[in-house]
Amino acid sequence: MHELGVTQSLLDIALHHGRQAGAARINELNLVVGELSSIVDDSVQFYWDMLSEGTIAQGARLNFKRVPAELHCHDCEHRFPLNHQEYVCPMCGSANLTVSGGEEFFLESIDVDLDET
Amino acid sequence: MPNTIPVVENILSANDQIATQTRAQLDRDGVLAINVMASPGGGKTSVILKTIEALHDQVRIGVMDGDIVPLDLEKIAELGIPVSLINTGGNCHLDANMVHGALPSLQLDALDLLIIENVGNLICPAAFKLGTHLNIVIASVPEGDDKPYKYPAMFKGADVLLLNKMDLCEYQDFNVDYFRHGVEVLNPGLAFFPISCRTGEGFDAWLDWLRDRVTQRSSVG
Repeated sequence: MHELGVTQSLLDIALHHGRQAGAARINELNLVVGELSSIVDDSVQFYWDMLSEGTIAQGARLNFKRVPAELHCHDCEHRFPLNHQEYVCPMCGSANLTVSGGEEFFLESIDVDLDET
Repeated sequence: MPNTIPVVENILSANDQIATQTRAQLDRDGVLAINVMASPGGGKTSVILKTIEALHDQVRIGVMDGDIVPLDLEKIAELGIPVSLINTGGNCHLDANMVHGALPSLQLDALDLLIIENVGNLICPAAFKLGTHLNIVIASVPEGDDKPYKYPAMFKGADVLLLNKMDLCEYQDFNVDYFRHGVEVLNPGLAFFPISCRTGEGFDAWLDWLRDRVTQRSSVG
């Protein structure tokens, strides 16, 4: 729902690092997005196409690496993806679980063309 | 020639930096700030009003409210509490910049407790740090017992959870054990208070908990 502001932040970060590296163009952004971070890929791409216009990142492709949230059973050590209905271990039926991962939301790297080419 | 530049920067880092500045300012002035989050109609304003009524003799309280109309704030201002409206213009959450911008409208060094009422929404507010010390999440019985399963991020990030409208339990198929199990998996040991703003059930325990946090804060400052 708040992808416009998020996309602006993303553009600011990408441009900052691109300029610092002396990039002539930013071609791709590699994002890591956890399942729990409630971001819609298509919506970010939509705003990206508008906001990046006229910058060195215009038209860059956004690659989303999705990270699932995972439940860990402390009785049988089984790990399994979080489903949104019940938190019970499918292997041993235990409810002694904790959740890990899924909150990632960062720009991992950018692919650029450097100035001299 | 193509090159990959490593970045590894949190996309909300600009927000987080402002939140850090807000936190420093709150700490300087010795104010405990709490971020109150819930669905629309979950009882944020009712909980805030009832909390103020019970504590304002002992604790100096101010309120910031993210809303599109000042209706809730008017109720709070009637209690003689300093208030600040953050007009969110229909935004889905408060962010650090909005809160930071509103800080000068309250005399922080004259407060012990700053209550920030976030926008009614169980998704977006979870992602944006405000610089507050504690996240208060209010769920309520009519919303259903599946909320920790549908909105895990909100419950995972809570520092205390109030389950409001407990007086409606007898009219609803609300399984408190199922609800609590979902919360416990996401956030083990989370402080949990079943309450009812209408009957006052459970309120004393919540007030004691909050009073303790304010006292600890004041003694640190």
